[in-house]
Amino acid sequence: MSPDLLSFDHPLTRLVVGLLCVFAFVGLNGLVLVWVERKVAGHVQLRPGPLHVGPYGLLQPIVDAVKLVGKQLAMPAGADKYLYWAAPLLAFAPVTVCFLPLPFDPNLAPMRLNIGLVLILAFSGLGVLSLILAGWGSNNKWGLLGAARAVAQSVAYEVPLLLAVMSVAITAGSLDLYEITSQQGGWPWQWYGVQNPLAFFIFLVCAVAETNRAPFDLPEAESELTAGFHTEYSGMGFGLFFLAEYANMIVVSGVAAALFLGGWQGPFLSGILWFLVKVYAILLLMIWMRWTYPRVRFDQLLNLSWKWLTPLAIIDLALVVIIKGIGG
Amino acid sequence: MSVSELFEEAYTGLKSLFVGLGITGKAFCQPQVTVIYPKQEVDNLSTFRGHVELVGKEDDPSVPRCVACGACVKACPSDCLSILCPVPVKEGQEDAPVAMGPAPQKGSKTPGAVFVDFALCSLCGQCAKTCPVDSLRFSDNPYMVALDRKEFRIDLMARLKRQAEEA
Repeated sequence: MSPDLLSFDHPLTRLVVGLLCVFAFVGLNGLVLVWVERKVAGHVQLRPGPLHVGPYGLLQPIVDAVKLVGKQLAMPAGADKYLYWAAPLLAFAPVTVCFLPLPFDPNLAPMRLNIGLVLILAFSGLGVLSLILAGWGSNNKWGLLGAARAVAQSVAYEVPLLLAVMSVAITAGSLDLYEITSQQGGWPWQWYGVQNPLAFFIFLVCAVAETNRAPFDLPEAESELTAGFHTEYSGMGFGLFFLAEYANMIVVSGVAAALFLGGWQGPFLSGILWFLVKVYAILLLMIWMRWTYPRVRFDQLLNLSWKWLTPLAIIDLALVVIIKGIGG
Repeated sequence: MSVSELFEEAYTGLKSLFVGLGITGKAFCQPQVTVIYPKQEVDNLSTFRGHVELVGKEDDPSVPRCVACGACVKACPSDCLSILCPVPVKEGQEDAPVAMGPAPQKGSKTPGAVFVDFALCSLCGQCAKTCPVDSLRFSDNPYMVALDRKEFRIDLMARLKRQAEEA
C-alpha cells in the first residue's frame, strides 16, 4: 500500500517539502554569499566593502535584490523568445535539484538516494546547457562567444571532475553521498581529501571551472565579452543567473565537503554545524581565489585540463583501483 | 619542451598560486586605507595641492607678501589668476574715482585684489614657482563643493584676512 500523500513518508511530499527548504536555503545563502564576496573583495583591496546599508552593510544584498526584482525585463530585437527566457530558468532549476541528495546531517538530507552523486553530476551538467541557450538566444556576438567558451570549458572540465569523483566513489564503494560520508571519520586523517589529496585538488580546480568563477570565468569575462552569455539580461533574468552561480558554488562546496572532508563528521560540534563550517571554508577559499588570480587565457584553460588534470586524474584513478584491488 | 622542463614549469606555476594567495591573504588582514568621509577626514595633507592661496608677511599675516608684479598672471597657462591694482591717477584728474587695473601698475607695490578661478586651474604650480617673493602656495583644502561655477572664483585677499583672524 502506498503511503498517504499527506504523510511525510510519501516521496512526492518529501520532494516538495525538500525543494521548498532548498529554495529558502539557496536564497538565504545567496544573500549571505553576495555580502561575503563583496566584503572579502573589499578587504583584499584594502577597502571596507559595503558599509552604509545596515550594520556593516549587511542589508546591501537585500537592497540589491529588491533593485533587481524591480527592474524591467528587456529582450533584444531578433532574440529567440523561448530560448531567451528558458535559459535563466534552466540555469536555476537544476541547481536546486542538486541540493536534494546532499547530506547536511546524519538525519537531515532532503532525499536519500543511492545514486545521489550521479544525480548531482547530471544536473550540474544541465547548467552548461542554459549558458549555451542564453548565449545563442540573445542574438548577440558576445553572448554567442561566451556560449562557445562555455561548451569548450565544460567538455574540458567535466572529464577530470568525473574521474576525481569516481576515484572517491571507488574507494568508498558507493555513489550514495550519505554512505561516502559515513565511511570517513571525524578527524582530518580519516578524510578522503587527506588520504587522496590529488583527487581533492583536481576536484577543487574543476569545481571552480564548473561554476564559471574566476580565474575560469571565461564565458562571462567582463573585460573581453562585456558579460558573455548574460550580456543582454536585465533584472531578474540576470538575477537568476547570478543566484544560480552562488547556488552552484554551494553545491560544489557541499559535494567537496561530503566527498573529501568527511561531511557532517567532526568532534564536539553537531553534524549540521560541521557540514556548514566545511562548506563555508571551501566557499571562502573560492572567493579568496577569485580576488587573487587573473583570468586564464583560453588555451591555458584547455592545456591545463587536457594536458595536466585529465592525465593526473586517470593516474590517480588507476592507483585507487590498484590499492583497492590489493587491499580487497 | 623536455619532461623535466614541463614539471619545472608546473612546479613554479603551482608555487606562484600559493604566493598569490599569501599576498591577498596578507592584504585581507591589513587595516584599510579608505577614509569614510563624513565620519573621518584625511590628515595627510602636507603634499596636497589645493587651489593656490596667498602667503602673509611675517610681521603682519593679514597682508600678503605679494609685490603686485604680475609675474604669476603671465606664468599661468590657464589665465585663472587676476591681480588688480589702483591705476595711477593722471594729472588734472585727481578728483576722479580710483580705477582698478591689472598688475603691474606704476606706483603700487601691494595688490588691491587677488582672484583665482579654480574652475580653470589645472594645479600646475607655475604661479607659485614664478613668484619672486614666494607669496603663493597650494592650500590644503580638499573639500571644494559648490552649486555654481562662479563660486570657484576665490577672493584670495579675503581668504588671507580670514586666515589671519583665525590664527
